[in-house]
Formats: sequence, C-alpha cells, structure tokens
Amino acid sequence: METIILFAPLMGALLCGFGWRIFGEAAAMWIATSLLFVSAILSWVVFLTFDGTTEQIQILRFIESGSLSTDWAIRLDRLTAIMLIVITTVSSLVHLYSFGYMADDPQWKEGESYKPRFFAYLSFFTFAMLMLVTADNLVQMFFGWEGVGVASYLLIGFYYRKPTANAAAIKAFVVNRVGDFGFALGIFALFFLTDSINFDDVFAAAPDLAETQLSFLWTEWNAANLIAFLLFIGAMGKSAQLLLHTWLPDAMEGPTPVSALIHAATMVTAGVFLVCRMSPIMEFAPEAMAFVTVLGATTAFFAATVGLVQTDIKRVIAYSTCSQLGYMFVAAGVGMYSAAMFHLFTHAFFKAMLFLGAGSVIHAMHHEQDMMNYGGLRKKIPYTFWAMMIGTLAITGVGIPVWILTLGEIPIGFAGFHSKDAIVESAFAAGSMYGFWALVVAALFTSFYSWRLMFLTFYGEPRGDKHTHDHAHESPMVMILPLGVLALGAIFAGMVWYKSFFGHVDQVATFYGVPYAEASEHGEDHGQAEDDHAEDAHGGKDGEHHYAFAGAPGQGALYMAPDNTLLDDAHKVPYWVKTSPFAAMLLGFLTAYWFYIKNPSLPGRLAENQRPLYLFLKNKWYFDELYNFAFVGPAKGLGRFLWRRGDGNVIDGGLNGVAMGIIPFFTRLAGRAQSGYIFTYAFAMVIGIAVLVTWMTLGGGAN
Amino acid sequence: MDNLLSIVTFIPAFAALILLVFLRGEDEASMRNAKWTAMLATSATFLVSLFILAEFDPSNTGFQFVEEREWLLGLQYKMGVDGISVLFVMLTTFMMPLVIAASWNVTTRVKEYMIAFLLLETLMLGVFMALDLVLFYLFFEAGLIPMFLIIGIWGGANRIYASFKFFLYTFLGSVLMLVAMVGMFAEAGTTDIEQLLVHQFDFETFSVAGVTIVGGFQTLLFLAFFASFAVKMPMWPVHTWLPDAHVQAPTAGSVVLAAILLKMGGYGFLRFSLPMFPVGAEVLTPLVLWMSAIAIVYTSLVALVQEDMKKLIAYSSVAHMGFVTMGIFAANQQGVDGAIFQMISHGFISGALFLCVGVIYDRMHTREIDAYGGLVNRMPAYAMIFMLFTMANVGLPGTSGFVGEFLTLMAVFQVNTWVAVVATTGVILSAAYALWLYRRVVMGDLIKESLRSITDMTPRERWIFAPLVVMTLLLGVYPALVLDVTGPAVAALVANYETALAAAETASQLASN
Repeated sequence: METIILFAPLMGALLCGFGWRIFGEAAAMWIATSLLFVSAILSWVVFLTFDGTTEQIQILRFIESGSLSTDWAIRLDRLTAIMLIVITTVSSLVHLYSFGYMADDPQWKEGESYKPRFFAYLSFFTFAMLMLVTADNLVQMFFGWEGVGVASYLLIGFYYRKPTANAAAIKAFVVNRVGDFGFALGIFALFFLTDSINFDDVFAAAPDLAETQLSFLWTEWNAANLIAFLLFIGAMGKSAQLLLHTWLPDAMEGPTPVSALIHAATMVTAGVFLVCRMSPIMEFAPEAMAFVTVLGATTAFFAATVGLVQTDIKRVIAYSTCSQLGYMFVAAGVGMYSAAMFHLFTHAFFKAMLFLGAGSVIHAMHHEQDMMNYGGLRKKIPYTFWAMMIGTLAITGVGIPVWILTLGEIPIGFAGFHSKDAIVESAFAAGSMYGFWALVVAALFTSFYSWRLMFLTFYGEPRGDKHTHDHAHESPMVMILPLGVLALGAIFAGMVWYKSFFGHVDQVATFYGVPYAEASEHGEDHGQAEDDHAEDAHGGKDGEHHYAFAGAPGQGALYMAPDNTLLDDAHKVPYWVKTSPFAAMLLGFLTAYWFYIKNPSLPGRLAENQRPLYLFLKNKWYFDELYNFAFVGPAKGLGRFLWRRGDGNVIDGGLNGVAMGIIPFFTRLAGRAQSGYIFTYAFAMVIGIAVLVTWMTLGGGAN
Repeated sequence: MDNLLSIVTFIPAFAALILLVFLRGEDEASMRNAKWTAMLATSATFLVSLFILAEFDPSNTGFQFVEEREWLLGLQYKMGVDGISVLFVMLTTFMMPLVIAASWNVTTRVKEYMIAFLLLETLMLGVFMALDLVLFYLFFEAGLIPMFLIIGIWGGANRIYASFKFFLYTFLGSVLMLVAMVGMFAEAGTTDIEQLLVHQFDFETFSVAGVTIVGGFQTLLFLAFFASFAVKMPMWPVHTWLPDAHVQAPTAGSVVLAAILLKMGGYGFLRFSLPMFPVGAEVLTPLVLWMSAIAIVYTSLVALVQEDMKKLIAYSSVAHMGFVTMGIFAANQQGVDGAIFQMISHGFISGALFLCVGVIYDRMHTREIDAYGGLVNRMPAYAMIFMLFTMANVGLPGTSGFVGEFLTLMAVFQVNTWVAVVATTGVILSAAYALWLYRRVVMGDLIKESLRSITDMTPRERWIFAPLVVMTLLLGVYPALVLDVTGPAVAALVANYETALAAAETASQLASN
C-alpha cells in the first residue's frame, strides 16, 4: 500500500507529461489528479490504522560501495505517516484547484498546451516529496530533497517567458544548493564516523557521537554538534530560514497553486521534518540546537516585520510562511519536536488555504496581485472571503484561553491556536526567553499583517481599476471545494489531534510509538520501559500519573531523552505565559482595525514619518542587495579574472612560453599549405613515435 | 573465443582499412557508403563487446580474456581487461555508433573523416586493454593523431592553433612518460603490466643536487606519469588546451574527446600511478587533492562567465574531472568507485551536452550564448532533453551525475575535510553556471528574428539521445550496474595500495633503526 502511495504520483506525472498527446489534455490531467486522490485516500488509511511500530519496506538497491550500503526503501513511522497525509491531501486538493486556476492563463498564447505540463510537474513534485519523507537513509532523503528542488525550479519558472520568473527559479535552486552543501557535508561526516547512513545505524550510534571529537577544518568539534549543525544548514535552505531565506519571496513568481503546495504546505517544511527525523542526533547536540532556536526565533521575528509592509498579496503570505517556519524551528530547537510537527501539520492546512484563497482573489481580479488595488471584495467573492477569514483566524491563533474554558482537556480554538501556543509555551518552559519574546512579538505582527491583508482586500472601498472590480467573480466549484476541505482542517485539526501532539507524555509517546515509563519524583529511575503498544488500561483518567520518555535513540519516530521533561513543563507554565500569544493576537487585530478600517490614512502618514524604517522593511532588510554585492558580483568578477588573467596570461603565457615561438610559426605555415600538410605532419609523428619506441626497446634490451 | 579483445579492438581498424583501399570518389554514393561502413563497424564492435561484458566475472579481480603473443622486434602483444578497465571499453564501444550517427551531415572529406574516427576507436580500445607497457604507449600516443587530424581538418576557424596547443600539451607530457617507462624497464626488466603491478619499485629517499626526494625513484616515476595523465585529464593548471580544442573541434570530435579521451588520464592513474608507485602517490597525494579542489572551484567560476557554449561545457568538464582525481587519490573504496563511476557517467552526460550544442549549432552555425534565447518556444523536445542533461551535469540525485560526485566527496571527507569543503562548493557553482546557461539559451520569450524558423529535433537526433537518456537515468537510479562490476577490483586495488604503503612504512623503519 505504501508503495502505491509513493508511485501513484510518479505514474501520474509520466502519464500526464508524456501521454497527453495520446489521450488528450483533459484526460491526462484527470489521470494525474485521480492517481493523487488514490494516494491521498491510502495515506489517510495508513495514518489512521498506523500502530506506531516502525516498518521498513525495501524496494531496490541503491548506492553500494565498500562499507557504504544504501537501498531505495520506505521507512514508515509516525513522522512519515503525518507527512504522508499532509503532502497527499494538500497536493490532491491543489491538483483539483488547478483545473480552475489554470483554465485560461493570460501568460500563454492561443493554442499553446501548458496544462498537462503543469500537472505533470505537480505530480512529480509530490513524488519527490514523498521520497523525501519515506526515505530510510540519508541518500534517498537527499534524492527527494533535490528532487523537490528541481520540481520547485521548474514550477517557479513555469511562466518561462517572464524574465523575473526565470531569475527566481535559478535563485531558488542555487540558494537551496547552498543549504545542500551543508547537508551533504553532514552526511559525509555521519558516514565517516558511523560507517553508515541508514537511519537505524546512525540513530543507534547517536550517543557515541556525543562523546566523539571530530577534527574538521581548523579545529576539533563535538561530532554530534557538528553534524547537527551541518544538517541544519540544509534545513535552513529548504525551509527559508534567515540568511538563506531570500529565494522564498521571489518564488511567488510561480503560479499560485504552486505557492500553496510547495512554498507553504510541503517542501518548505522539509527542513523541519529533517530536524525532527534526526531528533536522536539533535537531542545529543545542545549547542547546535541552541543555534536552531535562536535562528528560528530571529527568522520568525524578521519575516513578520517584513510582512507588515508588503503590498503584494502573495508576498505577504510568503513572509508569513517564512515566519511560521521559524516557529517550528524554535519548537524543534528547544527539544519539543512534537510541537514542531504539530505546527507543521496545522500550518499546512491553513497556509495552503490562505494561498489558495489568495489565488481565488487573484483569479477574480484578473491576475492583479497588489492589495492596494483591491478593497471591498467581501460581497463579490463571499466563499473566498469566508475561506480567507477562517485561514486568518487559524494563523493568528484565535481560541479561548485555557483558564476560561476547555473541552475536557482540549483547549477550544482554531488549529493555529493550539500549535502556536504549544510552541510559545515550550519556548518559555525551556527557558529560552529570547525565543519566547521573539515569538510573542512575531505573533503580534502576524495578527497585524494577516488582518491588514483581510481589511485591504475585502473591506473598505474598491481602490483599483473599476472595470476589474465590477467584473470580479466568484471562482468555479473546483476551486471552492478544496478551500472547503482545507477549512475543515484549519478549524478542527488542532482540537482533534491536540492530545496526540501535545497531550501528556504517555499520549504523545503512544502516538509516536516511543516507549515511556512511569517517572519517579526526580526523573532519574525510569523503571522498565512499558511496551509501546500496550493498550494501557489507564487511558483517560491518568491525569495523576507522571510519565517520562524512555526510548533508546531510534525507537519510535522521535527521540526525546529521558531527562527531556519539556512536555510536562510546558503544560505547567504560568497563566500569563499561556495568555500572552492570545493578547498579542488581540493587540495585532485591534491595531490593524484601527489602521485600516478606522483611520485608513494613518499607515501612509506613518510611512512618511518613519521613512528609513519603512524603506528598511519594504526592502526586506536589504538582504538581496547585500548578497548581490557580497557574493554574486565577486563570483562573476573572480571568474572573469581567473579566465582572462589566470588561464589567459599566467597559464597559457607561462606554459606556452616555449610553445609561443612555435605556434605562430606553424600557423603561418598552415596558412600557406593546405590541410594536406597535416597528414604529412601526422605521418612524421608516427615515425617519431616508432623511432622512440624502437630506441627504447633496443636500448633497454642492451642493459 | 580466445581473442575476443583483439576482435573488438580491430573491427574498426579493419573497416578503416576497407574504406581506405576500396572507396573511391567524392560523390553522394561514396559518402553514403563511407558513413554506413563506419556505422556498421562501430555497431558491430559494440555488439561483439557485449560478449565481453556478459562473460566478465566481476568477482575475479585479476585480468580476464588475456591474450599474449610475440610481434615485431621481440615485443610482446598482451591484452586483457579487469574490473577497472572493462567499463571503459564498454563506454567506448557504446559511444562510437552515436558519434558516427551524429556526424551524418558531414560533407567534406567524408571518407577520411570516418577513417579517422574508426582508427581512433581502435586506438582508444587498445589503451584500455593493453597489458604491455610498449603496447600501451603506442595506443596512448597514436590516439593523439586521429584526434589531432579531426580538429585540424574538420574544425572551426581557429583549428590550427587549437590542434597544436592540444598536441604540444599532450606530447610534452608523453615524453616524460616515455622516459619513465624506460626507467621502469631498466629496473624491473619487463614491460609486462601484470608483472609490473606486483613489482616493488625502489622508494628509498635520496637527494639530488641538494634536493631531497621523499619516496625516491617511485616519486620520480610517479611525477613523470603524472605529467602525462594530468594533461590528458586535464587537471588544473594544465587544462587550457581543452576549451580551445573543444571549441574548434567538430561536434563528434568534442563528444569523443569529452566522453572517452579524457578518461585515459583517469584510467592511467588507476592502472599505473596508484598501484605501481604507491609510495610516490602517497607523497604527492596532498598536492593532487588540492589541485583537484582548486580545479573544481576555479573552472566552475570561469565557466560562470563564458560566452561560448562549448567553452562553458569544456570548463565544466574540467571541474568534473576534478572530482575524479580527487576520488582516485582519496584512495579508498568509495573514492575509486566514485571516480570510475564519475568517468563513465561523465562520458554519457558531457557527450550528450556537446551533442545538445551540436543540434543548435547545425541550425544556426554559432555557439555564442547571446545568439540564442527562448528556444523552448519552438523546440520543446530539445528543451526537455537539454534540461535533463543540465540537471545531470549539476549532479542531481536520480541521474548518474550524482553518484560519482557523492561518492568522491564522501571519500575525500575521510581523508581531508578542507579539500572536501572546498570541493563541495562545486555543487553550488555548477548549479549556477549550468542553469544560467540553460536560461539564456532555452528560456525566455523567443524574440530574436534569426530564431523564428528554428525547428525542433529530427528523429535522427532524437534517436541519438535516447540511449544516453536511458543510461543517465538507469545508472542514476540503479548504480549497482557499475558498482557491482568495479567493486571487487577496486577493493583489491585499495587493499594492495594500503598493504604496499604499510610494507614501505615498516621497511623504512627497519632501515632507520
């Protein structure tokens, strides 16, 4: 079944991409889409029936050289199962949505066929992403990792006539390659130390890595920290974390369904997945993880500030994605992998929905993307409005603070409320005050820019082209339906799976198939590990019991060290901590309301008064300019220098010093003689060789 | 069949002889005959060579299909293949029919053209099979001549300069190699490669004119061979003949040069330098590793600013050969496996890339990148194939380009992390120059007036690419096809190398006590 989930999208991509000439455009697109729905349904079956035991399915041999032995294989555990449903659900809905969105695209000329190509790329992307999450070793993961990179490259550059789209595509690929550079070195280091890159072997060796010193470049490093850090550089690229984030906003050049699928719900979360997948190593790498926390928090803050002033609707959401990914890394960085996965899971629903909603707005407004030309669209496109509203409520984290009302033990609220609060509480409980405050402020900004987007788009007076506004129309059913399904996720995903991701230790441990044990007061003596799938009798009323994780690295889908009591601690943080994201959300909403409904001239005046700050944010902290100045320009300059001076003057000049006298002579000679001369020369050369060889054998023989 | 290797080697030469003796005239019919003869001969060579592969036993790490005869002046004719060379033989026989097919539109001196390529095939096969020093040298050096002629006669405007540069570089290296061969014969008393492989050359450190030579005689021999192989490879900084040769060579010449001739250097390192002069190799390993790492970064940067498509791909070839030398001199299983894999894979990929340039060169008669743009609008099939090989060149997992780079980098990480880090930046730079090239040629709107009527690939052109596409993807997904063949022989090579070094270590300790 897992094999079908994995290969159905590949079949779809091939049939659609190459077969459409045979069975027609529409049929090809339906084949790709139906195969993805098959994949999605089977994924849900796998997810719901999964019992927590890690399974491995071998498919084919891959790279084998000496002690290096890797296979194409499927590793099925809870992490994989979560990713399976996220990927296939969003992907199948995006396929469906694309029937409407791509129906008549003004980028193409009459009679050009572009739709099958688009669907083929989408399906191929899905396949690569599934390879990434089902990998049982790091090379296969790297295959998926680069595969999604290529799919992303192809889809960002889908409008190949647009120079900006082509530039953005290359930028995405190359910046990701910078991340892959770190990832690859991490893999090499792991192989060097553990003689394997299969997850089971690597995880088993994790405790030893923590004790090992590795000499790398100029000095000695703690192996676990170094490997964790190198792998995280890969994650930074793919998940657009600060310093390697510049490609993500530009990636919005691709068609909007692509942004929803790749640059919001799935591919960009691969970095988070990587860190969670490697949790057995991360858990032994405290310094590297502190770095992850700080960088994640900074990204969350940075991207949120930039999001405040963007006017392109897709770029706002792109920065929002960047910022939310920062949240996930904070969770992973402090050791609450489960909360990171929780936010990844809920974020996929509401962010895909926001993007698809934005796509619906753009579709309605004839491909206008500037929010300054929107306004008053609420009545024109009501379904889209409600979908966006739900998405906004989810991303800003609307819910009822736990000290007021809960449903049993489950807080009430939209999906983002649960997962975001889980992260903020974990950051506080872990003692990362920087992380905590950065995230709370980011939550305030998130709320502000999200509501700003809503108010500018759907409220107020129409500001753009009158004709366009008058002709704004609700999108067709194939586009509304996916929004509806995602809305269900955005509303309920948090409440339904709260206990599994962020409940008590025993609930979370059971979910991930991690062994756990009754904890003594000081958490030192763990007793013997209970079997992970003992359907323990004390389900439901075990509020009194205290448990601790008791798995060895590699047992179950995540590894949390027995002394990692963060999950318990996070539930025990003070009430003001639990309420602070809520307060930030409320404050952000009120400010946005004041700025864009009550007093719409205020933002303009503020931008005038605070010109430098405004420009700083508007220009995204000048990262692009800095990189062009520091890397792109010098690389080209150096290339030119090495070519003209290095190859031209030094090498050719030096090595040909002798030859320089000869070559012009021959060239002159050749000018007169015809090419027949070359035969003569070749003949002389043969003779020369013959003489040399003869001399050698005779001379040598005489010794 | 006792003389399978000789049959494979000399079918092309035999066909060349037939052409030379029987074919007369410059008319349409004789041109067609020349092409078909060449096509038949190269295809037959490939089919017969499949028997070698079928009968080859990878678990046997010695030489197989060995033939031994006496010939001129008491010299010995000895041929054989092992796990290291057999795939190069296959690469050669596989590529040649495609090369002939790619030359179908040649109109000047067709007979001589085909003769040159057929002779070249024989000589290249001989290089990979020869088990006698003199025989090897003959094949190795004589191989220069047809290539020299191909560039010099059927090349571009600046062909004379390019062919002489090519000749001078490679020939200067060869002279040193010849001297070293004389020295080897003087010490070992045989030219049999099988025996030379087990002979231990003197490695006692001595000094000449105040210069201490660590590793002694072995280091000197190593350096002499190195001079020749490094040029053939080509390694930085003796690579500058390659871009010129590629630019001036006709498409088919570039394909042979990139796909097969460049592999002779790497093969030479594996056949001679590493196993015969282990001490010398070890002494100079840091130098070679650094030269490789510099090559990767340096030539990638240079590729970034090229304006001629062929030059760009030529520089990219030098960078990829950097991975090969790095893998070989990492001297562990992954490194040598990866180096061989990279060479085979580069044969398909760079061959295909030069063919890609050839496709549009045939139509527009320019290699200037700026003369193109927006080809995807009129040439979708071309755009797709070019994309695939661009990605393969970048080392995308799933294509054969990945496996070699990955293994060699993994190998060198175990030896020297600095070199590994510097070389790994190559994966960033290769993405930059390859995609930048692709964008400027293929992407964008088609605005240039001259390109308005350009046509997509013909069926002939598609059929040439088909086998290359299949091999690139097949080896990318199932690299065991190569690694299973090379594995045991490489393991033996690496083990011998380490044993020899250990023995040398103890010997020198004994000597110093």
